Amino acid sequence: MTTTAPETRKRTRRGGVMSSTGLYIATSVAALFFLVPFYLLVRNALSTDPEITGENWKFFPTHIQWGNITEPFDDPTVDFGQSMWNSLVVGILHTVGTLLVCSLAGYALARIPYRHANKIFYGVLVTLMVPTAVTFVPSFVLVSSLGWVDSYRGLIIPGLFSGFTCFLFRQYFLGFPKELEEAARVDGLGYWGAYWRVVVPNSLNFFAAIATITFINGWNAFLWPLVIGQDPSAWTVQVALSSYMTNQTVNYHLIFMATAISILPLLFVFLFLQRWLVQGIAQTGIKG
Amino acid sequence: MSTTTTRGLASPAPAEVTKPRPRRGLRGSRTFNFWLFISPFLLGLIVFVYIPIIWSAYLSFFEARFTVTPSDFVGLDNYRDIFSDTQFTGSLVTFTVFAAFIVPTTWAVSLGLALLVNRLRFMRAFYRSVFFLPTACSYVAASLIWKMSLFNGVRFGLANTVIGWFGVDNIAWLANPDPPWYWLVIITARLWLQSGFYMILFLAALQNIPQELYEAAAIDGAKPGWQTFRYITLPQLRATSTAVVLLLLVAAYQAFDEFFNLLSKTTWGRPPLVDLYYTALGQDQNYGKGSAGAMVLTVLICVVTLFQGKIMGFGRGDESR
Repeated sequence: MTTTAPETRKRTRRGGVMSSTGLYIATSVAALFFLVPFYLLVRNALSTDPEITGENWKFFPTHIQWGNITEPFDDPTVDFGQSMWNSLVVGILHTVGTLLVCSLAGYALARIPYRHANKIFYGVLVTLMVPTAVTFVPSFVLVSSLGWVDSYRGLIIPGLFSGFTCFLFRQYFLGFPKELEEAARVDGLGYWGAYWRVVVPNSLNFFAAIATITFINGWNAFLWPLVIGQDPSAWTVQVALSSYMTNQTVNYHLIFMATAISILPLLFVFLFLQRWLVQGIAQTGIKG
Repeated sequence: MSTTTTRGLASPAPAEVTKPRPRRGLRGSRTFNFWLFISPFLLGLIVFVYIPIIWSAYLSFFEARFTVTPSDFVGLDNYRDIFSDTQFTGSLVTFTVFAAFIVPTTWAVSLGLALLVNRLRFMRAFYRSVFFLPTACSYVAASLIWKMSLFNGVRFGLANTVIGWFGVDNIAWLANPDPPWYWLVIITARLWLQSGFYMILFLAALQNIPQELYEAAAIDGAKPGWQTFRYITLPQLRATSTAVVLLLLVAAYQAFDEFFNLLSKTTWGRPPLVDLYYTALGQDQNYGKGSAGAMVLTVLICVVTLFQGKIMGFGRGDESR
């Protein structure tokens, strides 16, 4: 059985040489379309303004302007360096906080028997119906009355309590092997000890997958940081990029370079953590 | 204390005692542990999710400009106000048009990409990564590339350069609502950003289709290609397809970033969240009316997600602990 399966698979997949070539041509054309925006971004980031806006379109700039790389950081109108730093702090703390809070709650709901656990679980499920983006007005009202506008607290804390992430952790822990925990219990660990010494170390793949997705979402978030970051010193990089588009003077190569730099951390995540990312999406995108 | 010891002595079966109930006092108790694990999350959920919604429901019945502790009760005036506001009702129309375009196109493109990638034998990981890469981009970054370069309204935008080769005049893609070319800009941007994500979901589903089905079909004389796609692949993907459509719908409902950045300050093409942003946080700071709008949107999205829950079976089938 196991030996025949790959063979039949090969046979059904193997079209003629023609159809296989056609397949690769079609896929490559589609891939080109997907790469064009990245090409434009890199090309423009390393060009001079006349080369971006001029009549004579060249595939690549005649002289690659490596000096452009530092320009966003020296720009007096928008403090790009500060905004990158804000994004980094917010992205990391958002990820760590969400994982901590939601995994503990998910574990309780999945594994600690308690009379009212089901009622509480329904209380969490109800929040899945209302995406936080839709309630940004009331959330802003609350956060501003706490005096958290323009602060890391305001940017990070309201986003930590994701019903969906808690739900995912609960589903995951429901499938976690009971034997491992029982062994920990025999060794005299309580729930807390077993969680940190046995459950978490054996779930690192799942944690990594959720962390990757949470970080990407945190880094790319725009609406909430826009609402909270009233003062430029509290802007995240997304808000800073957005401000470039409404500025009076448009400095093309600087804007494109800033955008390219803003994507770099995530490109890093993609190149080195793609395994977890894909796994995370397959797990989080759909339940059931 | 004494009662338990006597009962322990009287009981003949020591197995009862090994049930780990109160053996180690408070720290060993399940109730204590349950609350220890869940209270940080639950507190946050109440403060940052439940309270804002309730507060907002309250505000929606008050005249509240520049204040969040209003005293002027106005009944349903804010709701009357928001429904007679053509900007708000127009935003619901905008959302409907947007969803009608973006949901089917993303569904088709991501399924198409998944089918292509799934059939590749060499360089599959490479092509998958290429299609997946735009997921790393933020909506803001994509808006910037689309607005400043790809669909720049002046001659040097790539789209205008390309149509220039065919002798077509420059098009002001975003600056002019008639004809509404801005839809092309918005749809292509979102298509680029999210197709790869849904492709991953379709790929996972495609790989779960039992190969035997195709073998059986081949024995029955089905031609590989359209026939097997129509009668095997598509029906086998039904659960994933339904989920993808509903996820896309909810995502479209929350569209904000690209509309806000591509069409800054224009009066056309405003989806609900952008309209709400300008109502509540714009010049007026009209929290009462903004809250009423948020309530309306919340009810609408609840209806959609309840429907989604029905179909996807959220929380069902896991009572078997």
